[in-house]
Amino acid sequence: MEKLNGAKQVVRVLEDLGVDRIFGYPGAAVTDIYDELFDSKITHVLARHEQGAVHMADGFARCTGKVGVALVTSGPGATNTVTALATAYGDSIPLVLITGQVSTDLIGTDAFQEVDTMGVTRPVVKYSFLCKKPEDIAKNIRKAFYIASTGRKGPVVVDIPKNCQNRSYLFDYEKKSDISIRSYNPTVFGHKGQVKRAAAQLIKAKQPVMLLGGGVVQGDASEVASKIARRLNFPVVTTLMGISAYPTTDRQYLGMIGMHGLYEANETMHNSDLIFAVGTRFADRATNMVAKYCPNASVIHIDVDPASISKTVSANIPIVGDARTVLTQIDKELDELGQKEPADLSGWWSQIEEFKKKNCLKYAKKEGMIRPQEVIETINRISNELKLNPIITTDVGQHQMFSAQYFDFESPRHFITSGGLGTMGVGLPAAIGAKFAIPDANVFCITGDGSFQMNMQELAVCRKYKLPIKIFILDNSVLGMVRQFQTVFYKERYSATNLDGNPDFVKLVEAYGFKGIRITDNDKLESTIREVLMAKDEFTLVDIITDTNTKVMPWLRANGSMIDMMLNEE
Amino acid sequence: MRQIISILLENEVGALSRVVGLFSQRGYNIENITAAPTEDKTLSRITILTEGDGAIVERITKQLHKLVNVIKVSSQQDNSVDIVEREILFVKVQAVGHTLREEIKTLCDIFKAQIVDITPELYILQYVDTSFEVDRFLKAVSEQAEVVETVRSGVCGIFRGEHSLHS
Repeated sequence: MEKLNGAKQVVRVLEDLGVDRIFGYPGAAVTDIYDELFDSKITHVLARHEQGAVHMADGFARCTGKVGVALVTSGPGATNTVTALATAYGDSIPLVLITGQVSTDLIGTDAFQEVDTMGVTRPVVKYSFLCKKPEDIAKNIRKAFYIASTGRKGPVVVDIPKNCQNRSYLFDYEKKSDISIRSYNPTVFGHKGQVKRAAAQLIKAKQPVMLLGGGVVQGDASEVASKIARRLNFPVVTTLMGISAYPTTDRQYLGMIGMHGLYEANETMHNSDLIFAVGTRFADRATNMVAKYCPNASVIHIDVDPASISKTVSANIPIVGDARTVLTQIDKELDELGQKEPADLSGWWSQIEEFKKKNCLKYAKKEGMIRPQEVIETINRISNELKLNPIITTDVGQHQMFSAQYFDFESPRHFITSGGLGTMGVGLPAAIGAKFAIPDANVFCITGDGSFQMNMQELAVCRKYKLPIKIFILDNSVLGMVRQFQTVFYKERYSATNLDGNPDFVKLVEAYGFKGIRITDNDKLESTIREVLMAKDEFTLVDIITDTNTKVMPWLRANGSMIDMMLNEE
Repeated sequence: MRQIISILLENEVGALSRVVGLFSQRGYNIENITAAPTEDKTLSRITILTEGDGAIVERITKQLHKLVNVIKVSSQQDNSVDIVEREILFVKVQAVGHTLREEIKTLCDIFKAQIVDITPELYILQYVDTSFEVDRFLKAVSEQAEVVETVRSGVCGIFRGEHSLHS
């Protein structure tokens, strides 16, 4: 058996697990690992902040389904990753974070750059390991990959003390890769009886709706979900995280549900008699008040996480299992039942067509002023024309909701957004991660002037690697989402939402050697965006000065049902 | 409703803190907790006494089950006939004067409690029973004598008959 030191084992096990790129930031407690990386075929991307590094790994994971990997040092290196870990945890994204730790003999002594990494990260990770001896390293990293990428996915931390990486201590490298953890056996197959009951109910439903969540995207279940939706002729809606699970231009697709969901999507949910929910956890933003939620609907709920079933909305037919596997079982069961033609849902569909007539995304264009909706519509239209099929990353706020409402997606893993945690600052690093993962993809970061400044230091990574991503800042000089709350609920008392003091974003990217363009007039919007999107191999930042007073609509009223919506009156 | 939750889990770094963390993180209350390795030293068994209705307890057990280290979780209503539960109590009381010392001794005889340490001024009493009975005993003692300090082990429970957390 090959004998390797601890640091080398870290690198070797990552290589053996098929990792070719990691994101990170060095420091005293990981210098041995960084030294070994120097000779490895794994390429390391040096972020400018540990949070950025982990968001990059997260973006990498979201658009490929592979485990994203990040490496940081102890103490502040580790604490800087907490928001990014929580972001991945919030959306069940598989990633492994390797953190350095002070030597085992110093643990607990308040040593330099010592922090209880396992303790600090515990509530925001799926699991964590502390390697107390060098021999734990390879085994724990393999387990971390296994835990991160199975069941309900999530981030896993592996904390490795400095002395365990010691270059002079050589020991056996275990090459074997079979992992079994006695206490961890995620359910894959759905219970047969439940699958039968579900299939029978699907056929009988008169006013059904299929609700797809992030689990469909992350569980690679889009194809079979679409197949079932089509054979049953069910209307399809998605949560924010489920966007791109189903082709948005399809006749059966009604859009996103929830707080800023589409009128027709929320109405269809509310009036349904059966919710066929897959890979969603009925989060508060997606249900509004649970007591008033979809009063006539029974619920079939497929989820890999038993704790997510009947947590808020109780399920009539719960099925625990992997989304793709269970949907495939249901598809087969529909065959068994001889289901060929969809049931006659014409009455239901004509009701839905009425909902659609509300045209809830309409807005008034104004001369000399750019509406944020207009920007997204324009980018979307030109992308479609040019067949760019972009990967869209967003930050959090109004631009995020407009992106969710107005963009079209033909295939899954193309909409990358922080849904669960709602992390401002994820957009740019996630775009970087996505671009590294799929170099041929057109990657657009849609952001706001607030969010962008939360991780804009990562422009240096774009510069270093000449990454041709496009950044569109919907720049309204305010924190738009909070401000719209203040407008409606706080008598227009705009406390701390004015972003006076913003830099000149065009000059900012020029400092990084990039081109920046500012659009202030809607006359120039179409032509400029077209120009930018045509130049595929260029990095461009487009700073678009948008209307400050535009509100995201529809907007669910707090403590109401899914149809207690405020609508755009324009 | 008081519930006893029994958890069998792997003895890994941070396993206990994950269990305890889950309770505080999700706003569940721990009334008392005991934890110790089982006959298999790689496993620990934790018994937690908590308060909550059926739905909350189901949620807690699901969340506990989701923890990577946890092998098995089971819950029973406190004082249920399906479970043998015991708690140990030590209570140190002022015991000065012949009459008082006799009275405390009699009380212990009635409850089948033991006096496990004696000084000229103090007794330490030991009592083992269900949490409910421990409460009763403690009340009786404090009515009789001045309590200096008490310590309770927290509840420890096991299923009657064939039902086992290990199976």
